[in-house]
Amino acid sequence: MSTPDATGPNLSVNLCGIKLGNPTVLASGALGMTRALIQRVARSGAGAATIKSVTVRPRQGHNNPTVIAYEAGMLNAVGYSNPGADEAGREFADIDRLSIPVLASVVGEDAGEFAAAAERLMPCGFAGLEIPLSCPHTPGYGTLAGHGTPEATEQITRAVRAVTDRPLFVKLSPNVPGISELALAAIEGGADGICAVNTLGPGMIINVEAREPVLGFKMGGVSGPALRPVAVRCVYDVATALRRHGCEAPIIGIGGISTGRHALEMMMAGASAVGVGTAVYSRGIEVFGKITQELRQLCRRLSINSLDEARGAALQ
Amino acid sequence: MTENHVAQPPPAAVSPQTALPVMLEIAEVRRENATAKTLLISLESAEDQPGLILETFTPGQFVMVWVPRMDEKPYALSYLEEGRAGITVHRRGPFSKRLCEMRAGERIGLRGAYGRGFWDVGERAPGASAAIIGGGCGMAVLAPLAERLPEATLVQGARSADGLFFTDRFPGQVIFTDDGSAGRHGLPTEWLVEAVADGAVEAVYTCGPEPMMARVVELCRGAGLPCQASIERYMKCGIGVCGQCDCDGRRVCVEGPVFSGEELARMPSFGRRRRDKTGRQIPVE
Ligand SMILES: Cc1cc2nc3c(=O)[nH]c(=O)nc-3n(C[C@H](O)[C@H](O)[C@H](O)COP(=O)(O)O)c2cc1C
Ligand code: FES
Repeated sequence: MSTPDATGPNLSVNLCGIKLGNPTVLASGALGMTRALIQRVARSGAGAATIKSVTVRPRQGHNNPTVIAYEAGMLNAVGYSNPGADEAGREFADIDRLSIPVLASVVGEDAGEFAAAAERLMPCGFAGLEIPLSCPHTPGYGTLAGHGTPEATEQITRAVRAVTDRPLFVKLSPNVPGISELALAAIEGGADGICAVNTLGPGMIINVEAREPVLGFKMGGVSGPALRPVAVRCVYDVATALRRHGCEAPIIGIGGISTGRHALEMMMAGASAVGVGTAVYSRGIEVFGKITQELRQLCRRLSINSLDEARGAALQ
Repeated sequence: MTENHVAQPPPAAVSPQTALPVMLEIAEVRRENATAKTLLISLESAEDQPGLILETFTPGQFVMVWVPRMDEKPYALSYLEEGRAGITVHRRGPFSKRLCEMRAGERIGLRGAYGRGFWDVGERAPGASAAIIGGGCGMAVLAPLAERLPEATLVQGARSADGLFFTDRFPGQVIFTDDGSAGRHGLPTEWLVEAVADGAVEAVYTCGPEPMMARVVELCRGAGLPCQASIERYMKCGIGVCGQCDCDGRRVCVEGPVFSGEELARMPSFGRRRRDKTGRQIPVE
């Protein structure tokens, strides 16, 4: 898959040494609960996949409803349900046998927990690791635990950096006044790349008959089409800041991507690869192959021969 | 092996744009047996709230049932009639207990119907030679199918007489109880063993405890009969995005809950393992 077809543009991507046949990456939290589903995502044409975030100990998460779709996207407050790092380590053992690279995702309440979860999972053969410091709807985690400050970002990144040599990505929140500061703090802490962004908000949907918020946790992160322009701007900001500091760290752009055009837009904002979550709902599990096909056609039409030419094209 | 006379399963249902619960009034509550009730829900105020897709309902599909401030869980529609939809709830945990305490006039939220229901297995299996085999509250899933296939043989198994469902709704059914308190003493799979030996059955639809379904699937495979079974897994989104309901790479909420015998034969977790709320694998009961 990494060899471009004779006529087509080269869609392969190298993320700090992780080789992707195309730039689509399964975003954390969609489908990535099980090895078998990640295998299906691989077969449906994704360039890489990220597992659902894992904590040291098992978590039940919030009560249902945890995921709802409205006319402009999705709201979720899953609350980091996961079977814990030991069980996840069994689930994803020998994950490097899959046909695509798989990224781990770990979270914790503090730097020590992040590092402990990473230490348990990385021997499974993950190609890299992502740490979200940005969940907007889980008490004790992400932005609700103050992980979204430059100081915390640097400190947590440093702690995780100490336990893995694999490429490390820090996943940032769009709900901050200055996302580029956080990106620079992550790089300072030893991150190899940036994932931008996690969900927006939190938002809320109230059912007027019930006079109640629909989500079990009442509020949840906004993803899908509603998030896309915010995500594109965040990636643009981060790319601009990294460039200004002479930093070549790659960005995985995430938020509302469901077509090849959206993917190219995100890359023109500075992303090297694109994460896809909510579009699994709107376009099915086959969305990865569809986006890649559309991207190939669009690049051909725009005479773009490789993604290097497109990356950051919209930056000043 | 039985590929030649198994119609292709239809593709997973197309997702609607919104997936929000629609609050509807309970029109009637019916006691079905010692531990189960049916809530018949009026569809009258459904129009101005997006989230329900019932025009394309096929038996076996489910709705996500929301009780505000409590939880949301999947239930198969056990009735769909003019202006009303029904779910049949077997009391086991706090959520089903709450549903069983509901009265006419109260409201609950529904979204769906979701998933892939039972499908037509083709001309080799007209209604008369099909068997519908239910165990316990699996009968709730099968009831709309039994209504669409009135000539099929309906076989129901229960622990005892006070756990039977729909004995008046389907008067001609064959009944088995574990304790012999009603119908034949034993398991409904015994009926299938005999029917297969007699060549009296051409297709089988089943829902019930997973060990029972696993036995039905195995018997059908042995006899080369097409078979479909509806399985249950813990769900969150119900719309194929979260991965919680995974069973060996298939999302039960969109690619299921009904699977063919061939599909189930390639799912080693069927009859053995499911996942709890954290995603950990645990044995099926
Ligand atoms: C149901 C659901 C669960 C999610 N769970 C996680 C998670 O566990 N960890 C994480 O970093 N992001 C999680 N996210 C955020 C996504 O990875 C992604 O950043 C966000 O949804 C925006 O991308 P999208 O618009 O393509 O969905 C989740 C999103 C959804 C919709
Ligand atoms: S319940 Fe979320 S994918 Fe099935």
